[in-house]
Amino acid sequence: MSANIFEKVKAIVVEQLGVDEEDVNMETSFEDLNADSLDVVELVMALEEEFDIEIPDEDAEKIKTIGQAVEYIKENQ
Amino acid sequence: MMTELRSVGFWGTGSYLPERIMTNKELESIVDTSDEWIRTRTGIHERRIAADHEATSDLAFKAGEKALEHAGLSAEEIDLVIVGSCAFDMYLPATACLVAERLGAKKAAAFDVETACTSFIYGCAIGAQFIATGFYNKVLVIGAEVMSRIIDFQDRNTCVLFGDGAGAAVLGPVENGKGIRSIYLGADGSGGPSLLVPAGGTRLPHSLSTLEKREHFVRMNGSEVYKFAVKVMGDAALEALDRAGWKREDIDFFIPHQANQRIIDSSVKKLKIPMERVEVNLNRYGNMSAASIPVALDEAVRAGRIREGDRLMLVGFGAGLTWGSLAVHWAKPQK
Repeated sequence: MSANIFEKVKAIVVEQLGVDEEDVNMETSFEDLNADSLDVVELVMALEEEFDIEIPDEDAEKIKTIGQAVEYIKENQ
Repeated sequence: MMTELRSVGFWGTGSYLPERIMTNKELESIVDTSDEWIRTRTGIHERRIAADHEATSDLAFKAGEKALEHAGLSAEEIDLVIVGSCAFDMYLPATACLVAERLGAKKAAAFDVETACTSFIYGCAIGAQFIATGFYNKVLVIGAEVMSRIIDFQDRNTCVLFGDGAGAAVLGPVENGKGIRSIYLGADGSGGPSLLVPAGGTRLPHSLSTLEKREHFVRMNGSEVYKFAVKVMGDAALEALDRAGWKREDIDFFIPHQANQRIIDSSVKKLKIPMERVEVNLNRYGNMSAASIPVALDEAVRAGRIREGDRLMLVGFGAGLTWGSLAVHWAKPQK
């Protein structure tokens, strides 16, 4: 389940931020990937669309790493 | 009153930009920001700032005058003047009355439209109804803003984004089946708090306290507005396309509201419109709210990029929240 979500999140991050797949793992933070605040907003939108969930601003602010994003999606899907 | 609806199009366009240029570099000396930060986050390089003696009606008048000249009309031939803005000269009278008077539009009715950055689209939609029914023949629609007077130059999240300017268009009858082929307007007040000027109205009248808290300036929740903008720009364009019976590849010119280059890029990518068909003036003028779309339209028309037969998609969005789109088949005036 988590592995499946991780693969989907990774694909979105690679597409949205234009980074290499090898650079994305569960521990990677968006900051490591040089994502600025607007990149993160767009990433959140893409995740919302892919997983058909709503991520409110106050929750989005707490998500700093790929692992936290995967965890959040797992709990809220 | 005519019973059959007439087709309505654009007879002429005009614009006016204040002379003074404020660069990102200059903003570095006002707030904690940098040229690089502003360029990469917004795409804005510089913006225009109205002179101390210039108010919104002064900018609107100059743009309106050029649009009339372009349309080959005198001010007396105008039936209605609509000014769209969110930064009017005064609470009352309506800025449109001041502009009509200065233009010499003696027989014109005049009123303001306030749907923030969407005001020009709303203004055109309203003006078109009067012409379609035959009630009026020529309507002057102006989008004009002196944003520099309502933004907080202590707030680096907003003051780097906006600029001053005015754009205008004369609407009139065109050949049947041409001109404005579809209109789509929307509003969602639940998003009101994400972009607002809190004080100065009946909810929170001006007081020493509101002045101290700087509540007479624009406040924005950037990420919420960004999300809204990216979504609505694509949705509004698709809705207007659908209503006009056009396909996305029919669009020759896409004229989006100019709030942020990344909003434009993201929605254009979703819509799969080639970037060379997208009009952008944000880099030079910043977000001019209601003036952004008509200025972009005027520049494209006067540069000869837009020609008879071209299909245009105009999409605006702004505080309210509001949004609106027009599908326009560019056509010659029917005199």
